[in-house]
Amino acid sequence: MAINFLGIEVDKYEFRAFLTAVVVMTIFIFSMLYVVGARRSDVPQCVNFDPSYLKPRVEKIDDSTYQVFVVAQMWGYQPSEIRIPVGSTVNFYVTSKDVVHGFMIDQKDINMMAEYGNITKRTVKFKDPGVYTITCHEYCGVGHQNMQGQIIVNFPQAQ
Amino acid sequence: MKISHWLRNVILAELFIPITLLILGIYHGLMQTIYRAGLIHQSSFAGLDYYQGLTLHGVINAIVLTTFFAVAFGHATIAYFLKREPRRQASVVSMWLMIIGTALAAWAMLARKADVLYTFYPPLKAHPLFYIGLALLIVGSWIPLFDWVGLLKTWRKEHTEEKVPLAVWGTIINFIIWFVCTLSVAYEVLFMLLPWSLGWKATVNIALARTLFWFFGHALVYFWLLPAYVMYYTFLPKLAGGKLYSDLVGRITFAIFLIFSVPVGVHHQFSDPSIEPNTKLTQSLLTFGVALPSFLTAFTMFATLEYAGRKNGGKGLFGWIGRLPFFDSSRYLFSYFICGLILFIFGGFTGIVNASYELNAVVHNTAFLPGHFHMTVAGPVILAILGMSVFLVSELKGKKVFAPSLNTIVPYLWMIGVFIFSAGLMWGGLEGEPRRTNLGLSYLNPKSELFHPQWVPDTLLTMCGGFIMFLAAVFFFIVFFGTFFRKQTQAADELNFPVSEALHNEKIAPLFNDLRPWVILMVLVILIAYIPAILDVFRYAGPGAPPYLPSSPVPAP
Repeated sequence: MAINFLGIEVDKYEFRAFLTAVVVMTIFIFSMLYVVGARRSDVPQCVNFDPSYLKPRVEKIDDSTYQVFVVAQMWGYQPSEIRIPVGSTVNFYVTSKDVVHGFMIDQKDINMMAEYGNITKRTVKFKDPGVYTITCHEYCGVGHQNMQGQIIVNFPQAQ
Repeated sequence: MKISHWLRNVILAELFIPITLLILGIYHGLMQTIYRAGLIHQSSFAGLDYYQGLTLHGVINAIVLTTFFAVAFGHATIAYFLKREPRRQASVVSMWLMIIGTALAAWAMLARKADVLYTFYPPLKAHPLFYIGLALLIVGSWIPLFDWVGLLKTWRKEHTEEKVPLAVWGTIINFIIWFVCTLSVAYEVLFMLLPWSLGWKATVNIALARTLFWFFGHALVYFWLLPAYVMYYTFLPKLAGGKLYSDLVGRITFAIFLIFSVPVGVHHQFSDPSIEPNTKLTQSLLTFGVALPSFLTAFTMFATLEYAGRKNGGKGLFGWIGRLPFFDSSRYLFSYFICGLILFIFGGFTGIVNASYELNAVVHNTAFLPGHFHMTVAGPVILAILGMSVFLVSELKGKKVFAPSLNTIVPYLWMIGVFIFSAGLMWGGLEGEPRRTNLGLSYLNPKSELFHPQWVPDTLLTMCGGFIMFLAAVFFFIVFFGTFFRKQTQAADELNFPVSEALHNEKIAPLFNDLRPWVILMVLVILIAYIPAILDVFRYAGPGAPPYLPSSPVPAP
């Protein structure tokens, strides 16, 4: 019944359970790495701090590429309404003017923390028209439950 | 065995105080589900603000209760298995530090001077006494470790041919994890937040503070969990009527926890700025390493229970299940343990979702998170704490358990409540419902322009679960305080744990009998995982932040 593993006598069933656990974890790890590589799914990128990120604005780079500088503050986002055309790719640069805030775009799995003195970046493509809600999902004081913003995707030409 | 009267009093005080506070913690747990379901459209109810109550709920349930219990149960375990008692002065000083710390933090929270939640992320500022209180609680809980390590050294000299008892192996490992991980939060609190909240320091580095917090914050969950694991490995098999399937697996499990508990904290910060994706990916992979001991434990527990069920006369593939003492009021600890184990299966798998580098973006900071961790900390952790508290009170005070049948159904009722509660929260989380939010004021208020009708069914389900959990808790309090204050009928100051034998009692494996190599490995892995994280934070972070109060967007004076 016993198997010798690294000089230790181990029960056969136990050894199989151990191997199963290792195999399951390996599958999990490979699927995670596969999605990172093949589907380009990623976490927020790091950006060096610069005070210019504290100026809220939407900038058009070309017809289908925009960059949006969002400043989260107690208890709203600047700009609070972002208008872009269908099919645009948007780079969001997010920071906070005061406490920690959340920045979550529904239907898009964009999920970032906005922190004072730190800049975070993610890129999203909006293929479908519609109104996408941004919700603050980190407690940020007494007005936290009112903190939302909007991205309106239907404008053929923004601004 | 008999223990000293003073030690008995220390243990009883360290159980009675946090469980009394738990009444407040659990009350606000129920209230949150009511606010969130939109039954109350107010910022406060009966004098307690939503976020103030949320802070109390987190600090009491997750930090105060768990820390007091780990120390009390640690004293009992060490004294019982090593047949040696910790030093009186050290234990009493440790107890008083924890009590004073808790009292200071409780004052700050109740006086509404610390509505910062239990993670106290800067730049939200709390009253200095909140930080001092937390620091005293943590420092108080360090003291016993040094005492116990000394006792273990003496024991080993006298028992050179014996294995260190598994319960002691687990307890000491748990407190080493605790000591190492709390070093960072002690630094954050004492050298960053406290001087800043006193006005001696103008700003604080937010990314650094969060990284130091999570260095502590994830290991904290193992500090909660390992006392439950000690009970599963050493008491559960005996209670089930069998033997522990393997002693060695228990030792390996605890050793892996020692290595991987701390260097995984960044998986709480996947959405944070100023930490490189590669650093996050490394710690995500390490988190899968810490899932390994729980897989092993799941196998060992099932094998142990099957062995016990067959020994009790169970036949066939599943027949053994029916032969386990699910509703035996004389073995009520079994009920508490089995319900915790069942919840933990789901708690573990949802945890793997959160710890996965990219899946986290779907659920980060949504209601999915409390849905997950209520199946861990409000699952195996709290059930082991509650069951063992009744057991210790009844043993140490020489009293029979009050309302034994009620006591036996408490864990089942609680488990059903948690399943419904967590299902509601996770459903809401997948639909983007934020955690830590007074939904009743806006998103669940039909009169608000932010009303979000999609979240009505899941918050109602969550509330139903909350009511069932609350009912189970009320039954528990009846049992606990009923036992505590009833008349003494047996010899007091007794401590007799239901200790299990091992079915496969392997020979001494020197590697699993000595902690030193494991501690060295632990430090190495922590350095490898955390040096990049700290460097990232300093590379990217800009200016530090002044303090803010939760009520105003203008920096606090």
